[in-house]
Formats: sequence, structure tokens, C-alpha cells
Amino acid sequence: MISLKVNGVQHQIDADPEMPLLWALRDLLKLTGTKYGCGIAQCGACTVHLDGQPIRSCMTPVSAVGTAEIRTIEGLSGKAATHAVQRAWLELDVVQCGYCQSGQLMSAAALIEQNASPSDSDIDAAMNGNLCRCGTYPRIRAAVKRAAEIKRGGDGA
Amino acid sequence: MSGAEPIAHSGRRHFLIGVGVVAGGLAAGSLLRPYLVGGREPSAPKEFKPHAFLRISADDTVTVIIGKSEMGQGVHTGLPMILAEELDFDPQRLKVEFAPVDPVFNHPFLPAQFTGGSMSVMTTYEALRNVGATARAMLVSAAAARWEVDPETLITDDGRVIDVTGRELRYGELVDAAAGMPVPAKEAIRLKDRNEFRYIGKPQKRLDGPAKVTGQAIFGIDVQLPDLLTAVVARPRVFGATLKSFDASRAKAVPGVVAVKEVPSGIAVIAEHTWAALKGREALLVEWDESAGRGISTQSLREQWRELSEKPGLVGKNTGDAEGAFAAARRRIEVEYELPYLAHACMEPMNGVAHVTDGGCELWLPTQSQSQDARLVAAALGMDPGRVILHTTFLGGGFGRRASANSDFAVEAALVARGVGRPVKVVWTREDDTRGGFYRPFNISRVRAGIGADGMPTACAITLVGKPVLANTAMGKLAVTPEGLDPSSVEGAADMPYAIPNLRVESHQTNEVIPNLWWRSVGHSITGFVVNGMIDELANLAGKDPYAYRRALLVEKPRHLAVLDAAAELAGWGQPLPAGHHLGIALQESFGSIVAQVAEVSVRDREVRVHRVSCAVDCGLAVNPNQVVAQMESGIIYGLSAALTGEITIKDGATVQGNFDSYPVLRMTAAPKIDVRIVSSNGPIGGIGEPGTPPIAPAVCNAIHAATGRRIRKLPISASLA
Repeated sequence: MISLKVNGVQHQIDADPEMPLLWALRDLLKLTGTKYGCGIAQCGACTVHLDGQPIRSCMTPVSAVGTAEIRTIEGLSGKAATHAVQRAWLELDVVQCGYCQSGQLMSAAALIEQNASPSDSDIDAAMNGNLCRCGTYPRIRAAVKRAAEIKRGGDGA
Repeated sequence: MSGAEPIAHSGRRHFLIGVGVVAGGLAAGSLLRPYLVGGREPSAPKEFKPHAFLRISADDTVTVIIGKSEMGQGVHTGLPMILAEELDFDPQRLKVEFAPVDPVFNHPFLPAQFTGGSMSVMTTYEALRNVGATARAMLVSAAAARWEVDPETLITDDGRVIDVTGRELRYGELVDAAAGMPVPAKEAIRLKDRNEFRYIGKPQKRLDGPAKVTGQAIFGIDVQLPDLLTAVVARPRVFGATLKSFDASRAKAVPGVVAVKEVPSGIAVIAEHTWAALKGREALLVEWDESAGRGISTQSLREQWRELSEKPGLVGKNTGDAEGAFAAARRRIEVEYELPYLAHACMEPMNGVAHVTDGGCELWLPTQSQSQDARLVAAALGMDPGRVILHTTFLGGGFGRRASANSDFAVEAALVARGVGRPVKVVWTREDDTRGGFYRPFNISRVRAGIGADGMPTACAITLVGKPVLANTAMGKLAVTPEGLDPSSVEGAADMPYAIPNLRVESHQTNEVIPNLWWRSVGHSITGFVVNGMIDELANLAGKDPYAYRRALLVEKPRHLAVLDAAAELAGWGQPLPAGHHLGIALQESFGSIVAQVAEVSVRDREVRVHRVSCAVDCGLAVNPNQVVAQMESGIIYGLSAALTGEITIKDGATVQGNFDSYPVLRMTAAPKIDVRIVSSNGPIGGIGEPGTPPIAPAVCNAIHAATGRRIRKLPISASLA
């Protein structure tokens, strides 16, 4: 049995140690907000936080997680959509098909945690690993800035 | 009191996918439809169901049932808005439900439930308005009866009926009474004039936003059912390959693998979860007969098609005397354009869930083509179509891929699940998806055009070569002419808006084994590049400004001219630019909308950087301007991705590319700033999901020419500049 702490909850899973965290989350824990897009860390749809750091769960074996705490999109604010990135995403109406957005939001959440005022190039660097085929990039760029602003306490328009 | 529900919480609860409900039914062994639809039906207590599109509950919940697939284009917001406008109900408080498969949700002129061709708003607009207005009239009648007043004296406002004294009744309080009211004749219903609209034409937040930022939205690949298994299929690399033999013994030994079976598309490995299925597939030994692919490559096709392009083809347009005028032209160009095969590369790879029992087949699909999927699944299983139930999920992108000619991912899921006794989710890996075919056709076009003494075009002859799109789909076959011409092969060229006195457009329709399909904007992604490139070449030949040149060619087309001018103005055409920046312009009318784009580009060491795109669009009526802008942004990024690096190449009958490392798509760092202006017109309603894509590739290549003097006639740009 492998022990995983996900969104504050401890789980015991019976899995091949090589099973990527992505499939453990999706298939075993039924946390389907984290998406499969490529399986080779090229698209970022599977991004989750490992002790606050954004990682690609499709290339992270469950055995490598150890005691690190995993946070998924479901753990940002539950169904409330109250996290700064979620609020900014809704304010700027970022999503289209929405499939990549869990990964985008997790990358963005980690970025504003580490950088209170990300510049365009900071955003490009942090978000470049997250693909979107609907072309929401310009809105993501604006929404990351807005999320940082919300997080800093500037809720004004 | 009606506005009491906080908007920030409304959209979230509004997306109830039928999965939970149906899963319960399935567990009980029932294959009954979750609810009946189709015309009027007796209302359940405390509910007013005037139509299959609408339910109003006593608790004031207004549910709109949408038969169009939500793949990002915003139909789950725009279509409910249209109904809400006439119902007089704040769209942000609506609940949206995925429709079952039922003829009432069919496309008005295609006999099928289908989402594509940028037609959702234009084909449902009147029906949705009529349903909203009819329901409103019945609610008003119910209130008038209760108050014993003339209904003409009553008004409605966001879910309430109000009389002259200020008395109010909420819609929820009227559901029982309204359900008993006679349905007014269509002629008796007065629809609002455009200037009376409260919601249509004003930006409206997406109703699926909250579900999609919390990970709660259910895509096909997310469907969970009791006892669900997951399968992957080992597929041949070569198109047309056949199975010689396979050995499943090692695959079956992988822990978690439940079964291995042959299906028409390959060998399915069925397992308790995705990882076991993938490991099982790795352990599988399969031998294919790949002789069908021998000698088929992009290079061999290129050579054949070049030859074809010099021969007469099927005539798509013939105005004046293009040959004579070309021979007499003052100056001429004779050039070849080439566009590659392209994969759609939806972020959500193809997948499908099926549960096949003695009683029937239940499907959960991220699909654009419900009716065909259900019909072809029934045929594949030898089952009465009435025994197939299909639930639509959210689509993680579509772009045409999720309406394939043979419902490939749906039929495959059903055939994998047949005989298993448990529901099975078939997941395609990224490589499966990229290599699975259904590409935007590879195209070679020969362009011969000339200008007269005044520099304006006198002749244009275009011969396009490639596999037709519509002719290979069940629905599109109807559109093929008696001579065998698929109109999608010449659309955007035969009907180009530019005034060219002598125009001839011909097509050679190829039939290579590589499966093709509509790809966002269908023929226009090809013809938009060829025609707009050609116009730029002619302007250049005449020594004229390409924007002014286009203006002169569109002088008889005020809507086109207004769009062209708006894009040029937005871009600051003619104004000073940052050092090294250059502009290129293009315009394409497609799916009833006119779009012009100006790309601001710099080129350094063969590296193209698109800094900014200025886009103007006239779509007749912008129901949700916010989503019109979003779809322009989307179409631009999608088209730019293809223009810069998109290329599927075929070697020995197989696709060379696999994952995003070999089929790169646009990333954040390469995303330009995009400005969009909606040009108002009173034109008929146009589409919006596709028209943003065609102009960007030519606009960028025209800008590259302005920057470097180099004319890109072959996409992708990365290959041309390499």
C-alpha cells in the first residue's frame, strides 16, 4: 500500500509504485479535475502541487511522492471558486473548453504564491508549460496579474 | 427578491450532467431514458415544461436544455441567453442541462443532432426565442387569470410578472397555472425588436465558468460509473494496415488487465485502470500487414499533386475568360501554394465510454455528432437504434474532430465494451490521437493571376488539389454536385469577395488512404491562405499598398470594407511602428461572418515573432459579444499555431508525429496580444467558432513579406524558413 496525502486527506492506495500520480488521482481517488493531455510532461494539463511546487503528475511515479502533500484543483477551494486565481479567471471569463484550465490554474496559483507581482515575462516563463488549444493565453496572462492583485488585497477593479 | 441568488454562485450549480442520475439507473439495470422529451408532455407537479428546451420549477429554477455540444465555443451560454431574453429572466441565474439525443434537438436542415459549421446560433435563434416568448406569454396569462386583469396590462421583469399596481408574482409561483394555459399560436407571440434586448448583445459571463475553474466539469474522459473499466487500443501505425497476428499472454499477465480482444481498430487491452491498460498494451505483441502504406508519403503525394495541379479539374467557378485575360495581362504570377495535413489536437484526447448489455448500449461521449454516433453504434452492434442511449459530456475541444465521418471513437468504445459485461472507457493516448488520422487535407494549389495597366487584377485561375472533406462525411455527401465537386474544396476561393473580372477556380479531388476531416473552418483554412496570399502578391506586383489594394477590390462590398477598415484602423495601418515591426493584412468571409486581421510581426534570424493581432469581425448579430471576442482570440491562436509550426507528415503510410514534442502547438510565450473589434451591422446572423481562423496565416505571411521580401507560400512557416 502506498500512502498519499491529497488535499489534506490521507489515502492508502494499492498501486504499482511506477503508476504516475495522475492515474492514481484520476482512476483510484476519482479526482478527475486533474487532466491527462500528453503523458510526457509536455502540456501541463496534469499539473498539481507537491508541497506547493507545481509538478506534472503524469511523469511523477506515486512512489516518488513520499510524505509530500499533494494539492489538486479540487483542493484549491473545493466547489467554492474562491481562490484568487479562480476569482480572476471568472472575472476575465478565461475558460473556453476548460480542459486545460485545471493545470493552468494550478501553475498560476503556484506562481502568485511565489511572486506577488509577476511581470509578463514571469508569467510567460511560469505558464509556458501549460498548453491551451482554445487560445485562452491572452486572458490567462491578464488573469494571472489580476489574481496576484486579488491576492495582494487589491480587490478593486 | 428575484435577484437574491448571488451571481457568483449561480453558474456552478447549473451544470448538472446526467451522469449521476443515469449511473443510478444503469446500476438498477434500467436502460430507460432519464426523461422523455419531444414536443409537449404532461408536466410533473410543480413544474412548467412548455417545451423540450425549457423547465421552470416552483422554486424559480429555470432550466434550459441545450442540444448543442459545448466544446469551448460558448453555446451553453449564448443559446440559453437567447431563450432567457424572450422569457425575461437573468441568464446568470439559469441552469443549463445537456440534452438527450432526440429529434427535437436536431439541426433544422441536417436531419441530425450535430454541432459544427459555426451554425449553432444561426440555426437555433428563432426556435429559442419562440420557446422563451411562448413560455412568457403563458406565465403572463396565468398571472392575468389569477389577478383577473387583462394580460396586456402586465409586464415581466427577470422572472416576475408585474401589474400596473406593482403587484408581483414570481414565475415559480405560476408554474402550475401556466402549465394549464393554452399554448398561444405562434402568430400571437410578439418577439422583441433588437432595440428592446436586455441580454442579447451585451457581454454575459460564461455559465460554465465556475464548473470549469473548480475541476467539477465532467468531460468524456472523466466519466465515472460503478465497475468502470478502462481500455487502450493498440493501433497500427500505417493507415490501411491489417492485423496479421497478436500474442496477448504477456499483456494478460500485467496486474489489473482484465481482457485483451481484437476490435476493428486494433487490439484492445481492458483493465481496472488506465495505467494497467497502458502497461498491458506495452506488453502486447502485435504484427501488422503494413503493405497498404508502402510508397505513401507526403513527398510522393506532393509529386502526384503537382502534376495534377497543371491539369484541368472540376470547375468550381468560371467568370469571364480567365485564360485569355491571363495571357493578355500586363504582369503575371504563376505560383504554387502548399498546406500540410493538420491534426486537430484537442486537449482532451479522443475517448468514449460504453456499457453494452443484452438490453442495449449506453454511451457517454464528448461528441459533436450524437445522432450519427448512436446510429452507427447501433449498426455496429446489430442493435435496434432505439436501444442506444447516448449522454453528451463537455468536450475538451472539438474543432471538427469529434464529428468524424464514421463516428470512430464512439463505435470503437461500443465494440470494445461488447461482451465485457461492465462499462468500459476507451482512452486514446496523445500519440493515438495525433496518429489517428482525420486530418485537415494536405493541399497543393496552382495560382495563375495577372494585373492590367492600372495594376488591378484582370485574371485569376486557381487549381486546388486535395482530398475533399464533405464528400467523405454522411451529411456532406448531399452537398456534392452531380459532377462530383465537393463545394468545401473551393469554398472561399470560388466565392472570394475580391472583385476579379476573370476568375476560374478548379479542383482535383484526391482519394488517398489518409483519412481526412473538417478542421476548424474547413475549406477556408486552405483557400483563405491561397487567396489572401495571391492578393498580396498582386498588390506587390502593382507596387501598391496591400490594404489600399484590397479596399479597391472590395469597393462594392460595404460590409467587407467596414471590417477591413476597422482592422486596419485598430492596427494603426500607415502609422509608425516599433523598429523592425511590419504589418500584414488578410480578410476572409466564412460561415456567414466577415473577419479581417492585421498581424504585426518581426523576423530575426529566421525567427518569426507575432507581436500583435488586430481583428475586426462582422457576424451580423453578436449575441454574447464577450464570446464573440473570445472566439476570435481562439481562432487566431489556433490558426497561428498551425501557420507557425503545424504539420503532419506521412512516411511509409504512417504519421511521423506523435506527441506535442513532435507536433508542437502554440505556447504562452508565442501568444500575441490580440485586439478585437466587433463591427455592427444588421446583416443576417453569422457563425463565430470558425471564421477567426482563416485570415491569420495569410496575415502573418504577408507581414513576413513586408519584413523580409520573402513570400511564404508553403506552411508551416517554420519549415519554409528552415
